[in-house]
Amino acid sequence: MNQDSTKISLTNRSKVVSNKKMSFLESLYLPAIFKGMFVTMSHFFTKKATVQYPEVKRPVSDIYRGMHVLKRDEEGRERCTACGLCALSCPAEAITMIAKERLESEKHLYREEKYAAVYEINMLRCIYCGDCESACPKEAIFLTDRFVPSEVARGNFIYGKDVLLEPKDAPIDVSKRQTPEVLAFKKDKTQLHNK
Amino acid sequence: MDIQILYKSGLIIVILLLSLVIAMYATLAERKIAGFFQDRLGPNRAGIFGLLQPVADGVKLFFKEEFMPATADKFLYILGPSLTMLIALLGSAVIPWGNTLTIGNNVFPLQVADVNIGVLYVFAVTSIGVYGIMIGGWSSNNKYALMGAVRAASQMISYELAMGMALIAIVMMSGSLSLHDIVAQQHGIHWNVWYQPIGFFVFVVCAFAETNRTPFDLPECDSELIGGYHTEYSSMKLGFYLFSEYINMFISSAMIASLYFGGYNFPFINELGMSHNWLTIVGMLVLFAKIGFFMFLFMWVRWTLPRFRYDQLMRFGWKVLLPLAIVNIVATGVIYELFKK
Repeated sequence: MNQDSTKISLTNRSKVVSNKKMSFLESLYLPAIFKGMFVTMSHFFTKKATVQYPEVKRPVSDIYRGMHVLKRDEEGRERCTACGLCALSCPAEAITMIAKERLESEKHLYREEKYAAVYEINMLRCIYCGDCESACPKEAIFLTDRFVPSEVARGNFIYGKDVLLEPKDAPIDVSKRQTPEVLAFKKDKTQLHNK
Repeated sequence: MDIQILYKSGLIIVILLLSLVIAMYATLAERKIAGFFQDRLGPNRAGIFGLLQPVADGVKLFFKEEFMPATADKFLYILGPSLTMLIALLGSAVIPWGNTLTIGNNVFPLQVADVNIGVLYVFAVTSIGVYGIMIGGWSSNNKYALMGAVRAASQMISYELAMGMALIAIVMMSGSLSLHDIVAQQHGIHWNVWYQPIGFFVFVVCAFAETNRTPFDLPECDSELIGGYHTEYSSMKLGFYLFSEYINMFISSAMIASLYFGGYNFPFINELGMSHNWLTIVGMLVLFAKIGFFMFLFMWVRWTLPRFRYDQLMRFGWKVLLPLAIVNIVATGVIYELFKK
């Protein structure tokens, strides 16, 4: 009989189920019903768990991995050189791109000689692991704390450069994700991606 | 005489509109209260506090596809929800919403029809209510709908018996079948609930069963019968079924308040020293507060208790409530004879 007492109890709320005959009061069910109604009424007045999303945003971590951004450098040129490492590293195969050679007249637009003419991320495939960010040798792609908004059509979730590229006049702060450790990791020559 | 006819027509329209508006906002209240019981906020996007939600729901229902099963009986299929709605609205005719208003030499009672068999009338009307559900379930030509309808029929008939027995005790005490008289006799705080606690309990439980509310919502039974008798209904026909449930709730609450909680009577009614007309208006507000409380009770119970199993439902109706109500009648008779007023 005593073997039950040695069991580990996590909450102290578990009760041994028994099929014993109910007492008269129990068989009326009314006390149990009033008890239940008291429980629901106590919930009526508790603080609600709802977060009113568009107006109130739940706080996220500093290094939250949300919607991607394609960064520009200090002069406003696109950093991406369309090397394709992000697409290669992507476990969900969400990233595609088409590379193009930079013309002499486009030097103020693109930092490297080669750039991504088309850069697309399928936000439905993406698992927000951040591998693209780790793989990028040019610090061009980062995950940010922005959420991907809802859409009504599937096709709208394929984000191109028009959405992903950071606007020139409103740079997106990713310094929280550029910690010294991250920068050291990027420059680590023992890592495969920097060889 | 003419002014009385005009007044009565006006009163009928006002009460009709009032029942519809109250039912409309009862759907919002239900969802809000459900949310609060479950630590949520409920709908609050359409208008301030979600006050336009019922309008949005109504518009949505109107624009839904009007679908009719190919094998359905066309006439009965339309008759079902219409009948349910009609019967739900009929019940409000005999409920005294307040005492009388005296303007000049005219006395205006706040009751559409003071029928001398008011209680019987309400009973007759609620008994027909089962037809709307039965016809709808039958004509859908769907096994789930039929099962829901059969359940509804047997449940409503079973619980009507106990409800009637509970009412007989009230009628024995008041010696009248007129709702006006029954309410008038509960002057001040002499409410029937103090003298008929068992009858009150039986009546409330049966009212839950008659309106097909949880824990007696077996005719609908979303998890087992995918909606029961209104499985095949869509658009505003479904809206009528859902809507009539809330009207039924409103009328049931009004009946409970009138029969057991003194209707428009409230304590210290004589000590206030107000004029008759003002007392009538305050009494009416008190009645609506009572109705509001009972509608809240309906919702409170719905979001607390799980559904009965079908055999439990039948056993409870026939083996517990009915004997309890009969014992209540006998006890009322004995006590009444022993302590004649």
